[in-house]
Amino acid sequence: MAMTLDVNGKPLAVKAAPDTPLLWVLRDELGLTGSKFGCGVAQCGACTVLADGQPIRACVMPIEGLAGVKITTIESLGGNSPLQQAWVKHDVPQCGYCQSGQIMSATALLAAKPNPSDADIDAAMDGNICRCGTYQRIRAAIKDAAGMAPAATPVAAPAAPAKS
Amino acid sequence: MNKILSPRETQGATRRDLVVGATLVGGALLVGCSPGDLLSVGAKEDFGAFGPFIKIGADGAVTVISKHIEFGQGNHAGLAAIVAEELDADWTKVKVEQAPAIAKVYANTGMGVQGTGGSSAISNSWTQLRQAGAGAKAMFVEAAANKWNAPAGEITVKDSVVSHAKTGKSATFAELLPEAGKIAPPKAPVLKDPKTFTLIGSDRVRRKDSQAKSDGTARFTQDVQMPDMLVAMVAHAPRYGAKVGSFDATEAKKVAGVVEVYQIPTGVAVVAQNTWAARKGREALKVTWDETGAEKASSDTMAANYRQWAAGKGTLPEKTEWQAFETKGDAAKKVQGTIFETTYDFPFLSHAAMEPMNCVAQVGTGKAKLTFGSQIPTVDQLNTAKIVGMLPGAVEIETLFAGGSFGRRANFQSDYVAECVEIAKKVGKMRPVKLVWTREDDMAAGYFRPLTHHALKITLDKDGYPVSWRHRVVTQTLMKGSPMPTKGVDETTVEGTKGSPYLKATPVVDAQVLMPDVNIPVLWWRSVGATHTAFVMEHTIDQLARKAGKDPVAYRRTLYEKAGATRHLAVLNLAAEKSGWDKPAPAGWTRGIAVHESFGTLVAQVAEVKLVDGQPKVGRVVTAVDCGTAISPDQIAAQMEGGICYGLSAALYGKISLKDGVVEQTNFDTYRVLRNSEAPTVETYIVPSGNAPSGTGEPGTPVIAPAVANALLALNGQATTSLPFVKA
Repeated sequence: MAMTLDVNGKPLAVKAAPDTPLLWVLRDELGLTGSKFGCGVAQCGACTVLADGQPIRACVMPIEGLAGVKITTIESLGGNSPLQQAWVKHDVPQCGYCQSGQIMSATALLAAKPNPSDADIDAAMDGNICRCGTYQRIRAAIKDAAGMAPAATPVAAPAAPAKS
Repeated sequence: MNKILSPRETQGATRRDLVVGATLVGGALLVGCSPGDLLSVGAKEDFGAFGPFIKIGADGAVTVISKHIEFGQGNHAGLAAIVAEELDADWTKVKVEQAPAIAKVYANTGMGVQGTGGSSAISNSWTQLRQAGAGAKAMFVEAAANKWNAPAGEITVKDSVVSHAKTGKSATFAELLPEAGKIAPPKAPVLKDPKTFTLIGSDRVRRKDSQAKSDGTARFTQDVQMPDMLVAMVAHAPRYGAKVGSFDATEAKKVAGVVEVYQIPTGVAVVAQNTWAARKGREALKVTWDETGAEKASSDTMAANYRQWAAGKGTLPEKTEWQAFETKGDAAKKVQGTIFETTYDFPFLSHAAMEPMNCVAQVGTGKAKLTFGSQIPTVDQLNTAKIVGMLPGAVEIETLFAGGSFGRRANFQSDYVAECVEIAKKVGKMRPVKLVWTREDDMAAGYFRPLTHHALKITLDKDGYPVSWRHRVVTQTLMKGSPMPTKGVDETTVEGTKGSPYLKATPVVDAQVLMPDVNIPVLWWRSVGATHTAFVMEHTIDQLARKAGKDPVAYRRTLYEKAGATRHLAVLNLAAEKSGWDKPAPAGWTRGIAVHESFGTLVAQVAEVKLVDGQPKVGRVVTAVDCGTAISPDQIAAQMEGGICYGLSAALYGKISLKDGVVEQTNFDTYRVLRNSEAPTVETYIVPSGNAPSGTGEPGTPVIAPAVANALLALNGQATTSLPFVKA
């Protein structure tokens, strides 16, 4: 049974069974591998995409419920969105595996709250695990992208020139 | 060896060749020789004019070849910066590529095999890459000198442009490439005086992969797609050591997309056209397990046994005995003084990298290729070779980014890799098979930081300083199954207690370890032995300081001075100064400090902590680090931030338990990890140093837990004798 999904502004016919979670259709069938598999039970947020602008965990969302819903993935942001620029500027990623999901959650946050408070960031971002611990840089990058002065950014004292 | 077996000949390698090869390799490892040559037989070697670490394109763009995997630690930036500094390449245009698996040229100089671990990527590459960069630069200089008929000593290089000031001539790397490529590389290139470094140590040394990791294009194993590729999932036994008794694949094969079902040594593999079909197929399998040899240990029982044995009670398991790892003075002689006794319990921990373990393998006749995040390519080659019947060097590996590892992707059995190769061998014909583990597979498979117990009995002099230190550690060895079996003490289980400046400052030391053999797979976990020894030493010292009525920083200073631990002293003082240790903490917060050396890097951390609903909340962490020459201050800071979060996550919540041999945690709902709102702000200060660089990937991790415990001790006078802080 084929159905049509609206992914990144394009209607795409997919062949997957209706109970297939969106994540595997995006990754295996449509080749959109930016959204990642981390837990499969909506605990880690690595698979976060937007459904009509709202962040959802694609790993638990069967496609049968997504007819007519506008799906937005990391691939649609173009690589140069204000958040992505801030991510690069702050060198947020370490291993990078969770970052597509982090950026999609942050994208939904800034769309709803252009000037988020720390509590807003807590609420929007706590569903996205990062095992490398890039959390503070994520916070700084979100504030930077929102045009707010980032809170105390991590400081590394410049190393003195080596002596020998 | 290359003269004996050309690459073409190795394709027909016989079983006997392999046995001989493996024996030689094993022997070479045992006697400490570099096995690189042996392990590289069959490898394709095709390097350009500038050698195995540097490629320069026709456009003059410099690509640095990294022999180390990048899984977050930022080493690609640092490694590239070392080359770019000596080569005076335009840093903004430098790219990084991952090296293939060729032990002979890409061995970790500290390991003898190709691999990443022990926070050694930068340190083992330091001289090697400086020489590579300086050698390439010399080739451009000589090419320019010949072309312009100018003395080489008058030629300068800056940002990939070669110049001769006297004649005003200049040329880019691109323009000089045809001539430079023909110059013989110097045998002993002259390295820069570190005082003249312009890139190393500057804020310009930033990651090269942030863009790809922010737009979804960075390629991980999970993302590999190849024509005709199959996806496999494996039904594993619920207990270690159990085997497949029988299975019924009838229903599994009815699932649309399922291609085949195979029995393999580790379980039953369902091979399908896509991931979801493989998963549904696995769910439809019926497997009966033969639990004859299954491990049925419970972690609570193990911990109780460990406590007994450390207390000198109960019967030790067969072939298990106490082994001394640090002995000084006469422990039998009675020492006068106050006695302080304590014990600590640490649980099993899962690495829980964001990307569950996975691998892509292709096996054909006399050929095999792996495409994945390989942490120790040489070991992965050896284990693959054993399965498919090839020479290890002929197993091709394309190493990709890995979504974290924290040690998990480096194990002597190459567990998940071997599993994938077994399936690909069944499929054959070089057809790619991607093995996908679910989070549940990953967490159940083990390779945990081992359950560990410490028991201490310390005698204190009238001023409250230790005069006698008795220390007992019970933990599993991490070296089981190693091709380099260690006799006696496995250093990785006691490092950090062994070599501690506090023991150095104590006249009588009796430190022993007991390593019971349990069939639960354990492994190094970011910072290895320090994951428990740092806590034990640092939390104990704060309790001793408190008992002596002394400030913890002042108390440490006295011991460091006595031990001659000048680098400890420097990070202690820097962290104390930057945190405002001598001033009161912000209202509502209490400070704790801890200092630890691991992998040659010293880290001190001051944590500001309060209790919220009975649970520790960490607000601000000030960290001081001495890692020798700092190559990328920004990435050193990133590793301190990340290491603190990783260590804090385990300290607050991390606990894997087993009941009758079955792992009780299955996913992030039962194995809780740190989330964004719980992450402290981290300030990093680097001690200026002219020493050679040491690593920072791990040393930030083990210091935070004792810093937090010490803050809680200061807050309410209660010591922490087991982790995690938050009991489930």
